[in-house]
Amino acid sequence: MQLDRLIHMANQIGSFFASQPRAEVAEAVATHLRKFWDPRMRSAICAHFDDGGSGLDPLVRDAVALIATERTKTG
Amino acid sequence: MQLVQETDYGTPASKASAMVTLTIDGRSATVPAGTSIMRAAMEIGTEIPKLCATDMLDAFGSCRLCLIEIEGRNGTPASCTTPVAEGLVVHTRSERLDRLRKGIMELYVSDHPVAALDPAGEGDIELLDKAAEVGLTEVRYGFDGARHRDTGLDESNPYFSYDPAKCIVCSRCVRACEDVQGTFALTITGRGFESVMAAGTDQSFLESDCVSCGACVQACPTGSLIEKAVIAKGKPEWSTVTTCAYCGVGCSFKAEMRGDEVVRMIPYKDGKANHGHSCVKGRFAWGYANHKERILNPMIREKITDPWREVSWEEAIAHTASEFKRIQAKYGTGSIGGLTSSRCTDEETFLVQKLVRAGFGNNNVDTCARVCHSPTGYGLSTTFGTSAGTQDFDSVEQTDVMLLMGANPTDAHPVFGSRMKQRLREGAKLIVIDPRRIELVRAPHVEAAYHLPVLPGTNVAILTALAHVVVTEGLVDEAFVRERCEWDAFQDWAAFVAEERNSPEALSKVTGVAAADIRGAARLFATGGNGAIYYGLGVTEHSQGSTAVMAIANLAMATGNIGRPGVGVNPMRGQNNVQGSCDMGSFPHEFSGYRHVSNDAVRGLFEDAWGTWLDKEPGLRINNMLDAALDGSFMGLYVQGEDIMQSDPDTRHVAAGLSAMECVVMQDLFLNETANYAHVFLPGSTFLEKDGTFINAERRIQLVRKVMEPKSGLADWEITAALSNALGYPMHYDHPSEIMDEIARLTPTFAGVSFERLAELGSIQWPCNEQAPTGTPVMHIDKFVRGKGHFVITEYLATDERVGPRYPLLLTTGRILSQYNVGAQTRRTDNVVWHKEDLLEIHPHDAEERGIADGSWVRLASRSGETALRALVTERVAPGVVYTTFHHPDTQANVVTTDYSDWATNCPEYKCTAVQVSPSNGRSDWQERYSAFADNSRRIMPPAAE
Repeated sequence: MQLDRLIHMANQIGSFFASQPRAEVAEAVATHLRKFWDPRMRSAICAHFDDGGSGLDPLVRDAVALIATERTKTG
Repeated sequence: MQLVQETDYGTPASKASAMVTLTIDGRSATVPAGTSIMRAAMEIGTEIPKLCATDMLDAFGSCRLCLIEIEGRNGTPASCTTPVAEGLVVHTRSERLDRLRKGIMELYVSDHPVAALDPAGEGDIELLDKAAEVGLTEVRYGFDGARHRDTGLDESNPYFSYDPAKCIVCSRCVRACEDVQGTFALTITGRGFESVMAAGTDQSFLESDCVSCGACVQACPTGSLIEKAVIAKGKPEWSTVTTCAYCGVGCSFKAEMRGDEVVRMIPYKDGKANHGHSCVKGRFAWGYANHKERILNPMIREKITDPWREVSWEEAIAHTASEFKRIQAKYGTGSIGGLTSSRCTDEETFLVQKLVRAGFGNNNVDTCARVCHSPTGYGLSTTFGTSAGTQDFDSVEQTDVMLLMGANPTDAHPVFGSRMKQRLREGAKLIVIDPRRIELVRAPHVEAAYHLPVLPGTNVAILTALAHVVVTEGLVDEAFVRERCEWDAFQDWAAFVAEERNSPEALSKVTGVAAADIRGAARLFATGGNGAIYYGLGVTEHSQGSTAVMAIANLAMATGNIGRPGVGVNPMRGQNNVQGSCDMGSFPHEFSGYRHVSNDAVRGLFEDAWGTWLDKEPGLRINNMLDAALDGSFMGLYVQGEDIMQSDPDTRHVAAGLSAMECVVMQDLFLNETANYAHVFLPGSTFLEKDGTFINAERRIQLVRKVMEPKSGLADWEITAALSNALGYPMHYDHPSEIMDEIARLTPTFAGVSFERLAELGSIQWPCNEQAPTGTPVMHIDKFVRGKGHFVITEYLATDERVGPRYPLLLTTGRILSQYNVGAQTRRTDNVVWHKEDLLEIHPHDAEERGIADGSWVRLASRSGETALRALVTERVAPGVVYTTFHHPDTQANVVTTDYSDWATNCPEYKCTAVQVSPSNGRSDWQERYSAFADNSRRIMPPAAE
């Protein structure tokens, strides 16, 4: 997948949820990615996170970390 | 088969609740107060002769044919203009009345250019029918009334002709243009016997302001205005009621036929969406069905540079199945997908998503709603609990203040635009939020109270500023909010919008709109009575599209404008079946009825019904599919009735993605732009050639009825089923009604829907189930679908698409009345006389600064690409903003639009592209190259010699 596009999209999602009160932002972003991103897109962003995750906003990094952890656990 | 006949009651129905009883020709009639005697008589089956009256129009009282006698009253009043009264005793027939009517009719006919009285002779000529009805057998004055015989024919309009010689100056056409359409293009010129109807001021119809809605032709009782198709083809022999395949209004029409040929489409009075009105597209622009460029045979080719080879259906389907199986074997289950179309029926759409989920074994299905109203789905689901407009169209009759944002109904939803105009002429107020000065800002007898010319990309800012005024000036409907909404979320939202940085004064720098106007508009909306919000793609097609939809929902909830007639949040759906394609589960993350694929219970329901395992992971969206193609993981695509190459953003990216795929299957009427990249072409069928349903913008499910056999041999749903069977996943349906039965079994909001029930009720607005057996005109009446309404913080975030020295102007795109979407249908009709090419609207200031003259070629460039088109210098756009349409592939407006998209849904940001405009000598290199490529790609091999 085109990584720069995925990073931009993920950061856009992060920007929205960052403005929401009472929300666990990382979990909200992660939930959005789980609900709307095809597995190969999630894999690509997780792989990028594993490579250092440059360009990802901090909140989004946390969200991707949640997904990456799940993937590790489920194999 | 017979012609569908509709009763004309002569005058509109009264809405009064008090009833009045009177006697007409010795029979008792009880009708609502305010009803005309003419209508009361018709209600009990007594037809009073009439010429200037029709129930589509208010009474006029000019023809004097409908005279009656009332006991105890002098004279012979016109029954159309005389209201009923308790105890009246009315006589519609007497020797005196018969004599008067006969004399009046004799005078009319004496000036009408007919050779003899023959009621059956001229088909639609109501005048001659009435002449027979009043017993007129001879005309003492002859048939050669000289004064009106030598007037010339006006044949300038491509669809109808006007013969002034046949005009009896009943004014039905003029009143239809004013009262129904609201254009005021027609008038009566001259005085006395010199009087005659004219379009504009000594202009032909084509030169005038006429918008060719056809209302005047429909109203004409003499054949003075008549469809050219009727003259050419003859009188229709039979008809059936069906649904228009153009915009999201979903007008009902009578398809009037002669044999298996359409003679004309007449808007159906009982149609709940259009109430007998129409626009130039639905009424007249159906000739594409027989256009010479229509493809009727399946075709295949190995490479997109090869010419097409015509093959049998069997070979085309077998080849497609073989290719898809090969690709999945090589690249994996998720390497293929499909696109449904908002131009196809619910049943066809449902089958495509079923084919993908059950036949392909993945969820890689998407629809063209991705690029228009997907943010509506996200935004309204989040705030209200479901993805749909809250009202029916009739609701506008009870609206006091309309807030219209990012929509241009008189062009894109013309019949509803006329309904809006009617209500505005009655006194409702209008707020327009749009970068362009659309027609409704100022039209004959209509003027917006506020036009907020917001800068493209700042919708969320202006909506939040409006909310700031509502909250800080104490205009919140607190009782509604406390009872119907989540109070904690409301408080968070109220605190947010009340911040000074969200005030109109602070945000006017961002939006470009004067703070005083924002404050005035907010006060009007919050205090002006029933407030209804109507919005279009100017809201959704932004990087904050979903946020803007939620901001709209917030505003409606805060002002208590939800859950009753006259209010609500109303997305104006672009294409005929956008609502339906979304309802049918066309998005990659959800089944029909908006239920996520990861929901085990829901997925289990579908697995049981379809007898196969289904994937619980969301699939790829259109733009993700193109990315994945470039990545090498998505190699096969089945496209039903969509032209992503022309309609989707960043054309060069679309072209690259399609080129990377190994098997693109295009199912359509024509070799559209996407077909240039296809390896298989499956010829589709028009709405005239199949049964099914469309769902319009008000959630109204309506039947589409077949009036001729599919010209290619198969209806679209049959093609999908054949492909599925060839892939090894069996689909067996004998009729689309069986598909709807399956939809109803699997979708709670459609549980009560069937073709039989639709035929019985005429149409049904979902939800339709045990709780609402006849459907739901207004949603969220006692509670929201999600329970409590949910307020969402809508922080304005500037788009990443910024103007700068290289690209200092903002481009926004849209539609025009005579054309539809990518123009595949309308460009192949006479509608091209109104719009031959896409034009770039540019403000005189910006034009002058660049040395651009009206009508000259200009180069339109963005960071994505460039194209060239002609300029239209106009103050309709603000300085700094340019506008164009995307109806013509020669222009390829989407070469310029970018890959930025809505944060939640990936709906493209069509409405905000930084561009530069400069003088040009003609078409761009891209246009020249693409044109040559397209010509090469459309070659079809001649049939082999026997």
